[in-house]
Amino acid sequence: MTRILCRLLLALAVLTSGAARAQLTIEIVGGGATNIPIAIVPFANEGTYPLSITQIVGNDLARSGLFKIVDAGGVNPRPARPEDVRYGDWTSRGADAVVVGSMTPLSDGRIEVRFYLLDVVKQSLLAGFTYVVTPAQVRATAHRIADVIYEKLTGSPGVFSTRIAYIAKQGSKYELFVAEADGFNPLSIVNSNEPLLSPVWSPDGTRIAYVSLENKKPVIYVQMLATGARQVVANFRGSNSAPAWAPDSSKLAVTLSKDGGSQLYLINADGSGVQRLATSAGIDTEANFAPDGRSILFTSDRGGSPQIYRLTLANGSVERMTYEGSYNVSPRHLPDGKGFIFVRRDGNRFNIALQDFATRQVQVLTQGALDESPSVAPNGKLVIYASEVGGRGILAAVSSDGRVKQRLTAAASDVREPAWGPLVK
Amino acid sequence: MQRLLFGALCAILLAACQTTSTTKDAGAPVEERNPSATGSGTATTGTSTTGITGNPTGSTGAGGNPLKDPSSPLSKRIVYFEFDSYVVKDEYKPMIEAHGRYLQSNRGARMTIQGSTDERGSREYNIALGQRRADALKKMLLLYGATEIQIETVSFGKEKPRRDGHDEASWTENRRDEIVFAGE
Repeated sequence: MTRILCRLLLALAVLTSGAARAQLTIEIVGGGATNIPIAIVPFANEGTYPLSITQIVGNDLARSGLFKIVDAGGVNPRPARPEDVRYGDWTSRGADAVVVGSMTPLSDGRIEVRFYLLDVVKQSLLAGFTYVVTPAQVRATAHRIADVIYEKLTGSPGVFSTRIAYIAKQGSKYELFVAEADGFNPLSIVNSNEPLLSPVWSPDGTRIAYVSLENKKPVIYVQMLATGARQVVANFRGSNSAPAWAPDSSKLAVTLSKDGGSQLYLINADGSGVQRLATSAGIDTEANFAPDGRSILFTSDRGGSPQIYRLTLANGSVERMTYEGSYNVSPRHLPDGKGFIFVRRDGNRFNIALQDFATRQVQVLTQGALDESPSVAPNGKLVIYASEVGGRGILAAVSSDGRVKQRLTAAASDVREPAWGPLVK
Repeated sequence: MQRLLFGALCAILLAACQTTSTTKDAGAPVEERNPSATGSGTATTGTSTTGITGNPTGSTGAGGNPLKDPSSPLSKRIVYFEFDSYVVKDEYKPMIEAHGRYLQSNRGARMTIQGSTDERGSREYNIALGQRRADALKKMLLLYGATEIQIETVSFGKEKPRRDGHDEASWTENRRDEIVFAGE
């Protein structure tokens, strides 16, 4: 019966999904200290296509805060292949790297996209790729090119091809959206008249777990992105919340109150095999798996105030991680396992901070009044979080060194609960 | 003042439509009782069902339902909390006792306690805090004779505020437990 109801709700969600316009607009509000000057020459023939592929690449790179886009106008003839590049043109413009390429229509309607990344200083080829894509895949190809450039020049994988999920609230309607990392092409995947919260991507990128209050209580669902089919994972007596995926995408750590209090449990992604992870007299919640799956960070008030603790799964031992301040919550591991992002309260302000495991040093990354729900990009370089401006919920991103800041706003919507998806393989 | 007006309005509304089952307004904070609004008759204070499991009187609609009588403490459904507190204040004891006794004499009755917090802090941590508030109220109801199976405690965290403001006045109304009986 409830399954039928769920199907109906989902069908309704699909039908009405076009209604809300929750497209995010990104604005860079602070720049990085080290900018790599890069020139991106419009690709040969790209003017015949509706989307400017090099403009998308340029926007991606500029948005990261690590690049300075050097004007490529006026170079004649415009180079499209490595052998066409006259390095003198680019050294004089102060570019350290230059990107050239071409788009060639194929007889089957697809497009051959070639691109080359050249080191101006060493006068050498850094990368060259050819993609054969449909016109609908031009945006995705641009993000992929930006990923290659980012990785070659910074040493870290790019995250321009990844997706983000977030909740938009418009009036009394809540929608879970999935969009490209630059906010484009938002797709509504669930829609409800009751609150939705805590979306999290399965590490394999196929599913999103979230909490819905549609049954007048918090219930955890897992939804397949490819089909839209969803399944109740935890609907025990009491509250069911704070889902966190294990690295192998087979299990979730969750917070349940079924046995009294809010406590941590492990449950299979299909809702079977629930087992208790820890026992305390206080609140235990907001689990987050270490990248190696061996330990969990979580929030607990077992010591009197909410602080972050680490549970080692092999032996059940628990260690307190945060000591500064009276309110440290919402821990999320950095992908390299060397530290974690969390929310700390300082007076009446809530801010995103980073703590290093080895040194225990804390760096506060944001300066908003109500910053919450951080989610770390899969390359560990950016943290997306929810903030508030003028009483309205917005999303913002900050680099994990605190230097680069972006703001993502959606017209006419409160946006919150961002979740960064995994790297696209 | 506003609350008083609202309470009076609810009482009038309830008196006006005593045969229809508008129970929504019964969940409002009726702090001030209106003695004139006794149209739905006196409460049947748990007479019939001691030791018998059967239909709760709460589901039989009509005149004698104490849950819908605005003059009964059972019509009070909200308990407010101080900042960062889970202690149920003394002023709520008569109301909680009435609910506990009602559950004791109506073993078929089921209720959900929905705990809530103000908007400050992590959404998930607030779910846990609201849960603790709901559990605190349940504990008292058990002392007054309710049984474990009759009460489900859940939390809305900061997701369903009564007031949307970002100030102390709104926060005060949002830190609360709400009692909802099954079938309402």
